[in-house]
Amino acid sequence: MGLLSSSVSITRYRVEGDLEKPVIETVAAALKKNSISEIDDHASELTVGWTAFDNPYQPGFEGSSFVFGTHLIFSLRIDKKNIPSKIIKKYCAIEMAKKMEVTGRKYLAKNEKKMIKDHVFNLLSLRIPATPNIYDVLWNYEDASLWFFSNLKVANEKLESLFAESMKLKLIRLFPYTIAQLTASLSDLELDVLAQLTPAKFAE
Amino acid sequence: MLDVAVAYNRFKFLGDEFLTWLWFIIENDPGYLKNVSPAKPSLEIGNRIVLENRHQQTVESITIKGDDANLEEGILALRKGAVVIEMNLCLKSDDQEWRFTIKGESLNISGFKTPFAGPVDTAEDLEGAAIEKAYLYDQAIQLIDNLFKKFIKTRISNDWQNKVIPLIRKWIYAR
Repeated sequence: MGLLSSSVSITRYRVEGDLEKPVIETVAAALKKNSISEIDDHASELTVGWTAFDNPYQPGFEGSSFVFGTHLIFSLRIDKKNIPSKIIKKYCAIEMAKKMEVTGRKYLAKNEKKMIKDHVFNLLSLRIPATPNIYDVLWNYEDASLWFFSNLKVANEKLESLFAESMKLKLIRLFPYTIAQLTASLSDLELDVLAQLTPAKFAE
Repeated sequence: MLDVAVAYNRFKFLGDEFLTWLWFIIENDPGYLKNVSPAKPSLEIGNRIVLENRHQQTVESITIKGDDANLEEGILALRKGAVVIEMNLCLKSDDQEWRFTIKGESLNISGFKTPFAGPVDTAEDLEGAAIEKAYLYDQAIQLIDNLFKKFIKTRISNDWQNKVIPLIRKWIYAR
């Protein structure tokens, strides 16, 4: 879901740590190094990487800027090959029948079936293009805040791991407890009280 | 610091209580928002509110949908011990309007619609549009953050049990 869409979802993070200076060059190098690679001609099922906000289908960041005012804006792209299970089932059945005919056997061992399934999956992966999913990232470096334009669990997990790997910084997801703890300017005493809270009863 | 996953589950009630408190504020003290934002915005319940009542063994959900929906069923659910777990809100400031849904346990925002930002016809428009959109998102997020900070300060104070809870009870049993 894109930052410029008419309706968006946002998951918020606090970025922990500092980048090596100059920051823009460090981010540029990290984004390029971990930009998405195409898997349409490979047997890989899934690939994750960064891509440019203004040109998400031509990764590499050539000719694209990720600096927009005080924000760093780029995108996480997750390409996944979705092969329908019925197609896998069909080609597995064909390959198993061939194997039984060649060997003259009526049954195949469990590991033979698995090998056929893996072989079929690899063959189909080469023929089916990956579906790209693009999620924008808006990072305010000075405020140590980052917005990720998706609430999807899988997409958020991919963001957290790729960001840690690329930038060597930790993302802390902001939810009620972490917002209270990290952004509400509570004293040590207040933090102790917060840690002891239990659910309130509104009804009598 | 608590492990993040542990903290998420252990304290997700805080977000639900925040939304329940926010409903109370919107209905009973709309002027409260003036202390939170200099823009003096108004906040209204939007077209969806979800409540949940957790019993020992079971969980009961109550969803009220629709523009100008009657929220009496929600009040009734509060009387039975439910809390708000999801709420659609409409924020108005000057002639501009934001709409979004907040989930209590995560405070994640979805269905987030901002006032109209300029169209992107050329590549040159993109930077200005992105900065404008970011500014518009930030307006609503800052308001919610400031409200949450006010809530949490009250929640950890003695005022919560001595003043706020009695006022909320008075509200839910008065109707």
